Amino acid sequence: MSQLQGYSGKAKQLLERAGVKIGDEIRVVSGKGEMRGILMARYELAEPDYIVIKLRNGYNVGIRVADGVKVEKIADAEAPAFRPPPPPAMKPNLPRVAIVSTGGTIASRVDYRTGGVRAALSAADLLSIVPELADIAQISAEILFSVYSENLTISHWRAMAEKVNDLIRSGEDGVVIAHGTDTMGYTAAALSFALQNPPIPVVLVGAQRSSDRPSSDAATNLIAAVDTAANAPFGEVVVCMHKWHSDDTIAIHRGVRVVKLHTSSRDAFKSINAEPLAFRTKAGLVINDNRFNKRGSDNYQFSPTFDDRAMLVKFYPGMPPETLQILREKLRIRGFILEGTGLGHVSSSFIPVARQLVEEGVFIGMTSQCKFGRVNMYVYDNGRDLMRAGITPLDDMLAETALVKLMWSLGKLGENADREAVAELMTRNLVGEMNNRSMPTGW
Amino acid sequence: MIDYKAVGLKVGLEVHRQLDTSKKLFCDCPTEAVEGGKVVEFRRYLREAQSELGTVDPAAIFEAKKRKEIIYQANTGNVCLVEMDEEPPHPINREAVEVALIASLLMNATPVDEVHVMRKIVIDGSNTTGFQRTCIIAVGGSVRAGEKEIPIQTITLEEDAARIVEARRREAVYDLSRLGVPLIEISTAPVIQSPEEAVKAAKAIGDILRATGKVKRGLGTVRQDLNISISGGALTEIKGVQELELIAKVVENEVKRQLHLLDIAEELRRRGVRESDLVFSPVDVTEVFRNTGSKVVKRKLAESARVFALRLPRFAGLLSLEKWPGIRLGAELAAHAKAWGDVEGIFHTDELPAYGISAEEVEEIRKALECGADDAAVLVVSDEHSAMDALKAVLERAKEAIRGVPEETRAARPDGTTTYMRPRPGAARMYPETDIPPMTITQEYIESLRSRLPPTLEETAKRLQQKYNLSKQLVQQLIDQEVNDVFERIVEKYGVQPSVVAATLTETLTSLRREGVAVDELPTSLFEELFQLLKEGVFAKEAIRDILAWAAANRGRSVMDAVNALNVRAPPREELEKAIDELIAKNQEMLNDKKIVSRLMGDLMKVYRGRVDGAVLNRLLMERIEAARARG
Ligand SMILES: [Zn+2]
Repeated sequence: MSQLQGYSGKAKQLLERAGVKIGDEIRVVSGKGEMRGILMARYELAEPDYIVIKLRNGYNVGIRVADGVKVEKIADAEAPAFRPPPPPAMKPNLPRVAIVSTGGTIASRVDYRTGGVRAALSAADLLSIVPELADIAQISAEILFSVYSENLTISHWRAMAEKVNDLIRSGEDGVVIAHGTDTMGYTAAALSFALQNPPIPVVLVGAQRSSDRPSSDAATNLIAAVDTAANAPFGEVVVCMHKWHSDDTIAIHRGVRVVKLHTSSRDAFKSINAEPLAFRTKAGLVINDNRFNKRGSDNYQFSPTFDDRAMLVKFYPGMPPETLQILREKLRIRGFILEGTGLGHVSSSFIPVARQLVEEGVFIGMTSQCKFGRVNMYVYDNGRDLMRAGITPLDDMLAETALVKLMWSLGKLGENADREAVAELMTRNLVGEMNNRSMPTGW
Repeated sequence: MIDYKAVGLKVGLEVHRQLDTSKKLFCDCPTEAVEGGKVVEFRRYLREAQSELGTVDPAAIFEAKKRKEIIYQANTGNVCLVEMDEEPPHPINREAVEVALIASLLMNATPVDEVHVMRKIVIDGSNTTGFQRTCIIAVGGSVRAGEKEIPIQTITLEEDAARIVEARRREAVYDLSRLGVPLIEISTAPVIQSPEEAVKAAKAIGDILRATGKVKRGLGTVRQDLNISISGGALTEIKGVQELELIAKVVENEVKRQLHLLDIAEELRRRGVRESDLVFSPVDVTEVFRNTGSKVVKRKLAESARVFALRLPRFAGLLSLEKWPGIRLGAELAAHAKAWGDVEGIFHTDELPAYGISAEEVEEIRKALECGADDAAVLVVSDEHSAMDALKAVLERAKEAIRGVPEETRAARPDGTTTYMRPRPGAARMYPETDIPPMTITQEYIESLRSRLPPTLEETAKRLQQKYNLSKQLVQQLIDQEVNDVFERIVEKYGVQPSVVAATLTETLTSLRREGVAVDELPTSLFEELFQLLKEGVFAKEAIRDILAWAAANRGRSVMDAVNALNVRAPPREELEKAIDELIAKNQEMLNDKKIVSRLMGDLMKVYRGRVDGAVLNRLLMERIEAARARG
């Protein structure tokens, strides 16, 4: 962090001349009078030419740097110290759970001394702040990386899969991955395909309110995640987040069925075309769907390769079909997932383009932007024509999951895989991403 | 009589008042409560967040220790995801900032150049986030309390907290409707030197806030906090004094409390008690009460509680010592036990035998604790965990008694006494609200506000007197009762006689209030309807009082409903004329008698009192008599 983070222009000059840095106690004298306080970092987006100080009563105020404003150092900064309480003692008879931190709100803190955003809190810090975890499992913790989840790529998915595979091999009873929520659904799908039928639970967990606030959902989600990792009877990749606005019930979603449906609410994650696998309430874990891979099963398959030359395209009325061709040429796309309308449609103007792409060996799969329900391209003429052009309907699979599965399929089958082989893999249910029975919702 | 100068009284005031803006401070919900509407109920836990400055706030530890499950009720009529802590706050409400700036300028305070919203940690559940958003709008300035200039330290804008509905043992229920309503807070320097001066200063601040024309009125819209200390005493923060008149009493009681505690400290030192003499060695004395005659102890024991006792060496006689009514060290110990230990209360030997506890039982306890004659003992009947917490709190408080007066936060009771709430919070609990960008306040904006400052209440009073030809006294009543705005709006809108509106809003309401009629809960819209219908002649002004009483007893019903229910609807003019003509015909012989008007008026009023305005009736009667005379 710079010694004058966020400052520029006149304000920066003035502060430099006075020889002060962030955290120093200073006196600012202006035409309006004198103010004393601790120099705070400046928000990068805020207006220039203001100095922010924290007054003795704890409040921050901004002071305009006009002509004649003087700054004087009173005292040097006190070294900032985040001193988490010592982690609680481990209980040797409990299951072993590894917490792997990858970034996101659940593992971020604001530096209150300066107001700046600080590097991720270590997973060990999380443990010391949530001492309840020590009553559930023997915790080990490590930071794999610290990335905003929108910046993740397939190489991060691979690194996560490999890390979890190592932890499985080393005999952990469960793995928890602390993750930013924005793309946690994609990562959950990626790990579901990369770590098929794992012998232990692999639990992704995030927070919609940062962990530095008293109302954060980080602790309740983390406790539920560790409990799931330690004690769930299944070996599945799952996402563990609030069921609703209340803190008392946490939903455990199947990784290939879950999507973030709200920008900010604690209950942003919902299972689509499926019920959550389990819930965690005050009474403990409650299994909600008995169809799962049992903990300790021996059909585990590790396959962490992805190919990102696949694309998810959302159709809209009037969309030019050439879009697909251009993307194919520019980005050497090997496969498309279309998010069509209703039962799985795009404009009939796509038919010639689709036919040509399919002939070139490009896989085109159809999902629905309706999110709920399954595609059925037999019902209308246009659907049948689109199928005849070579577009593959993908049943009740989530569009995002279909994209990830396509990336994984392309990686698994390799550079020379033919389209039919990709289509065969894409239409075969591997880890519960497709289901032939649709259930009523909202009851 | 206490000589407040001599005891070195210093009082600082914090006046909080809700602003009457159209939207809340950090979202677009209305600030008025909405009746009906869908109510969502959800549960939350709050956790203490550790301060990055390395220190932990004593107030936060206190609340964390009492961690409760919180149930929130959200009426979607005026609560959205922001109050539910499910959506980041919207940018700060500019209307509220403007009101705060106007108030600042009226107090000659200096607005800050840039407003930074902070998070003040409050984890009792009254804020869904676990913090209250607050920001400094201006610093400095002053108000006048009589002859004295009282300096202002800060003027801040903050979000009001949720209202507690119910506090259960392990749960607290809050209603979120009030959460987020803009609240202005004016803090004075601690220079106030008497109870009367504190009242004057609070009144002066209140008057300035009201001059902005943008503050809410009525129950719960004003809260005053007091910081009180005396020489040799300690700074006590007293929260939640709702009424202006109560301020003097609270100050007086706090001075007495501190003086009493200082006396006790001196006596303890005289007795040679040292803090190291106070050791935590509670004894389980449940056996003593095996066959107790005390109903309350018996009941608790049946619930499998136990009785624990703690010795307070050489405290005998000091716990019940009472120089002023209600002010006793025993009460302080009990309040700490309740606050920290989740127990119903304590017994102590100064007040025993009593409550069915016998002298023999007391003697056995003394024996069990090896109490000397000048030792006191404290008893708690509870489960072991709570009892230990309670007795530890008692012991800590007893140690403080040797030192004198502890710094703490207390809650005001409606009778002007106060009770222990929690330790005083440190500065460690204030963090930046990173979700809200800072707001700059330009010099041009300040100058434009300065050029159009609203009149003070004094100026308003003068204007009302002249414009509506009202007595000074009546205008003062309108202003004191905070109805001058309503008065003016109604007079301007409906053209009703100003004196009638003024008398209704002051004398009529005061007298109804005295009779226990809940007139303060009547909405402004009801008064508008009242005067509109009065103007239209639907009823006579004599019926106003009964209509208001009826409306207060029948919340949600209209003035028209009241008129019908009370049968005070004025008859149509033709009917009235016919009745008068018939009356004149019956008294034909008096037609040219001067007394006919007053005579017939009396007869008419017997029939129409409350339904027809006397003046209207009088005018009509004269008209018809003239007509009859003309006909000959
Ligand atoms: Zn709202």
